[in-house]
Amino acid sequence: MTINLSHFSAAVVFALFASVVFGITQRNSTMEQLRYGLYCFALFVGGVFLAGWVMALIRR
Amino acid sequence: MAKPTTDKTTDKSRNAAAVTEPEYPLTTMAIVAPLVGWLIPGGGHILLKRYGRGILLLVSVAAMFLIGLGMQGRIYKPNGGDILDILGFVGDVGSGALYFLARIMDWGNVMAANAAADYGKTFLIVAGLLNFIAAADAHHIALGKKP
Repeated sequence: MTINLSHFSAAVVFALFASVVFGITQRNSTMEQLRYGLYCFALFVGGVFLAGWVMALIRR
Repeated sequence: MAKPTTDKTTDKSRNAAAVTEPEYPLTTMAIVAPLVGWLIPGGGHILLKRYGRGILLLVSVAAMFLIGLGMQGRIYKPNGGDILDILGFVGDVGSGALYFLARIMDWGNVMAANAAADYGKTFLIVAGLLNFIAAADAHHIALGKKP
């Protein structure tokens, strides 16, 4: 079985699973875990967009 | 005139004792839970009756590992020779039983040179590293440091 993911979709999938693990392991209560997981996911995806824009500006 | 008898050093040591963290005795479960958690992702949490967290960890680590394999990611072997290969092996072996299953079934024994395969290799390594974090978390729960 071969999975074909674009760079962006691979980054989002990576962010999703890494955020779940970070949320569960780095915080104590369920609400804190959910909040921290969402925070990590936002940082991951935000970082992807930021890096994308930086690379696009450098390429010009 | 005699000085007041209040001993400042005693007060300091009392305060230090109050600030010191409580001791967490090493129990059998604190050793078994991370080992099970390493071998079966999320297994340590399930063993400690944190079923929801355990299942989420299992799904996350296993999905990352399987997606990595699906993207033609490479599985590192222990005798890679190169230091980066050894580090890749350390990351991969973090997935526990998934790594051994992949080695037994000869999955991930590819040398594809494309971007997707490179992402796949990263997924495989990170799945293992995340599982190490999960196993350490199981250890802390078993010790009583974390609810």
